[in-house]
Amino acid sequence: MKNLVMGATLLAATSLAGVTQAQALTVGVSIPAADHGWTAGIVYHAERVAEKLMEEYDDLNVIVKTSPDPASQANAVQDLAVQGIDALVILPTDPDPLVNAIMQVKMEGTFVTLVDRAPSNNDNSVRDLYVAGNNPALGAVAGEYIAETTPDAKVVVIRGLPIPIDQQRQDGFDAALEGTNVDVMEKQFGNWNRDDAFRVTQDFLTKYPQIDVIWAQDDDMVVGVLQAIQQAGRDDIQYVIGGAGSKDMIKKVMDGDPMIPVDVLYPPAMIGTAMELTVAGMMDQVPVAGSYILDATLVTPENAENYYFPDSPY
Amino acid sequence: MSDSVKSEAGSGFLKNIDLRVMAPFLALALLLVLGTFSNPNFLTVNNLMNVATRSAFIAIIAVGATFVISAGGLDLSVGAMVAFVASLMIMFINAAAIANPYLLLVAAMILAILIGMACGLLNGVITTVGRIEPFIVTLGTMGIYRGLTTWLSQGGAITVRDFEVQQIYRPAYFGTVLGVPVPVIAIIATALIGAFVLYRTRYGRHVIAVGSNEEVARYSGISVRNVRIITYLIQGLCVAVAVLFYVPRLGSTSATTGMLWELQAITAVVVGGTALRGGVGRIWGTICGAFILEIVGNIMLLSNFISEYLIAAIQGAIIIIAMLVQRSLLRRQ
Repeated sequence: MKNLVMGATLLAATSLAGVTQAQALTVGVSIPAADHGWTAGIVYHAERVAEKLMEEYDDLNVIVKTSPDPASQANAVQDLAVQGIDALVILPTDPDPLVNAIMQVKMEGTFVTLVDRAPSNNDNSVRDLYVAGNNPALGAVAGEYIAETTPDAKVVVIRGLPIPIDQQRQDGFDAALEGTNVDVMEKQFGNWNRDDAFRVTQDFLTKYPQIDVIWAQDDDMVVGVLQAIQQAGRDDIQYVIGGAGSKDMIKKVMDGDPMIPVDVLYPPAMIGTAMELTVAGMMDQVPVAGSYILDATLVTPENAENYYFPDSPY
Repeated sequence: MSDSVKSEAGSGFLKNIDLRVMAPFLALALLLVLGTFSNPNFLTVNNLMNVATRSAFIAIIAVGATFVISAGGLDLSVGAMVAFVASLMIMFINAAAIANPYLLLVAAMILAILIGMACGLLNGVITTVGRIEPFIVTLGTMGIYRGLTTWLSQGGAITVRDFEVQQIYRPAYFGTVLGVPVPVIAIIATALIGAFVLYRTRYGRHVIAVGSNEEVARYSGISVRNVRIITYLIQGLCVAVAVLFYVPRLGSTSATTGMLWELQAITAVVVGGTALRGGVGRIWGTICGAFILEIVGNIMLLSNFISEYLIAAIQGAIIIIAMLVQRSLLRRQ
């Protein structure tokens, strides 16, 4: 008897699933509002890929929602769930406060893809797929490039804000330089802000008569760094390495600017990766659950074109 | 008692010096000595000019804040206002409605001044006519100006696109006149005008009167409302002037432009000896306060013995110590 009931439920469930399959599938995308360059890139790429996917699949609907803070994002996730979604792609403004809202959606059987920012319990009870950039590698790739191109360089570092992401990047950088002749003279925080990076660079230039390389970790800060170098009229600095992949810096790499020979990717386009994978899993029945960590690719003049989005705000 | 003894015993020279006015300058001198010990490059013309130039934005904004605070008001929106005015100015330059780049820049500068004054006027009118606490009003407009900037830039950056215009405008920040950087000249000019208005005009005396006692000022026939509105207008004007020197530096703004500058400006004003409750205004002290803030950061970076994680803590401690030194000097007086 029990078996029979279970069988019946199973049958009902399968036929129900069959019904939804025939109808359009809906993917909800919940992302932070554009409050700085990188999140502006996220919004741009989410909207760009959503359009592309809907063109590609006739029976696919993608809804993109932006939220400025965790509380309103929790509401947005609930709203999406009420509208009925088959998959949720979410880049949380702050992961831990949003865990419950995400788990609730997942318990209803929705496929959940988490992007970039992981909560402390980042396992398959919270999400099916995890897509993220590689913070330690962002530092490591920059460090390796410096050790390879300028083995005896005197380096100063401008860090972001004292938060875990920044520490991971710094640790990766330090690890890559361990045992090399590269001399990291000093690290200071530039708060991922152009004006602060300008100020810190000016003081570095006053303090050290010889600087070969500046690692600024973030493309926004590089804008301030370059101005400070230009003002001081110093020609000892051979190059500056940023990170993330803003269009201005990628353009400089493409044009062969000697001060910006390379950039290290931490691309906002990763939201598109997450959306494409999610849809592929649903539409083409390929297994996608798991973790997908993007490489911190070194952008060089040869490959820069692939990462250049002139229409993006970032 | 001790006061009268001192003034009788003191020579004519000492009698003319008010220690309360001198205190911030003594604190600045103390910091200069400290800086000299921290790094041999500190006391070079280059470094000191860098620091003075960098302090220009906060110093010029803080001159306006001195008026607002002396009259018993407060403006938290100045940082966001910088971002807003600068963004609109750059967008105007990018629209390139005027072919001649020099005329275009002059028009953009006039526009920036007008927008700044309009923003200030808005703060003043809501505060006085709406009879709402300035803290709340300017907290609100801070959100508005910041949000509008983020919206205009779609979260990204707004950058001067025309390279030629940028090259023409660049000397406004990086240029020098007789070896003195242009922004430093701007600080001195702003302070001279500010000091003249605050100390030598009837309006300046009205500002102090309104700040020290609103009721008495009202009964003396001063239009408290107009005096207050004009202080916010002056603040907006000062923000716009700061923007005129901010835009040529990086040629771009982003959502983080001017973040927390309001607190730095208020700190500069208070360190300079202006009372936060109103009624006392010291323009030159404010300029000195802005220098102190910038020099503290500079010393931290140039010295070798402070961890990068501790800088904010040490900065806070130095500002408090500077204030304590001022107070103890007052007591002795």
